[in-house]
Amino acid sequence: MTRLVYFAWVRERIGKGEEEIDLPSSVVTVADLLNHLKTLGEEYQAALQYPEVIRVALDMEHVEHDEPISGAREIGIFPPMTGG
Amino acid sequence: MTITPTIRVQREGFDLQAEVDLLSKGKPGVGAVVTFSGLCRDDGGMLAALELEHYPGMAEAEMTRIGALAIARFGLLGLTAIHRYGKIAVGENIVLVIAAAPHRQAAFDGANFVMDFLKTAAPFWKKEHGKDGAAGDWVAAKDADDAARDKWK
Repeated sequence: MTRLVYFAWVRERIGKGEEEIDLPSSVVTVADLLNHLKTLGEEYQAALQYPEVIRVALDMEHVEHDEPISGAREIGIFPPMTGG
Repeated sequence: MTITPTIRVQREGFDLQAEVDLLSKGKPGVGAVVTFSGLCRDDGGMLAALELEHYPGMAEAEMTRIGALAIARFGLLGLTAIHRYGKIAVGENIVLVIAAAPHRQAAFDGANFVMDFLKTAAPFWKKEHGKDGAAGDWVAAKDADDAARDKWK
């Protein structure tokens, strides 16, 4: 099981802040994960419609979409950051 | 001696002078202290408050990473970064960065560097609350913030 955590409008569109899911073995990279999530329902499609703006962190470290997710315990998925 | 940044992510406000005193206490080599504070503005009279969401754990980790980079790059003698979360009304503080160094240029550059990276890499998000009481849109990220960060490459 992999723990997914969502923030800001990604969280609002998916309708939950976190969940644990089983990922199929075909999911290798971050990009694969985002494509897989979009198959889970309309709410995921709404959140991940424009994957190029989506930011992803593996175990709380920023990664690019071509990064393999192997071994990550927690994957954060969120929009571009607007703090400060 | 290794200098480690002081990082806090908290709901409550902060006292600028108390944080400056804490940072410079016992450091006789400090000749310059630059503080930056970011406040919630009303954006032309439209906004009443901002709601700050963050990724607990990662927010602290990113701020610590950025702070350590600034200390090493500019030879800072101390660095404090505090970021608030929750609902923050117009006029209240959101963020505080304090950089201490022997001379002013390193302190200015250190504080500037930390803010530029904090805005683009620390996992915080702002939602607008209008004066009519309704929760509005999420603040969009600005290209200008990415450009400000990239000037440090």
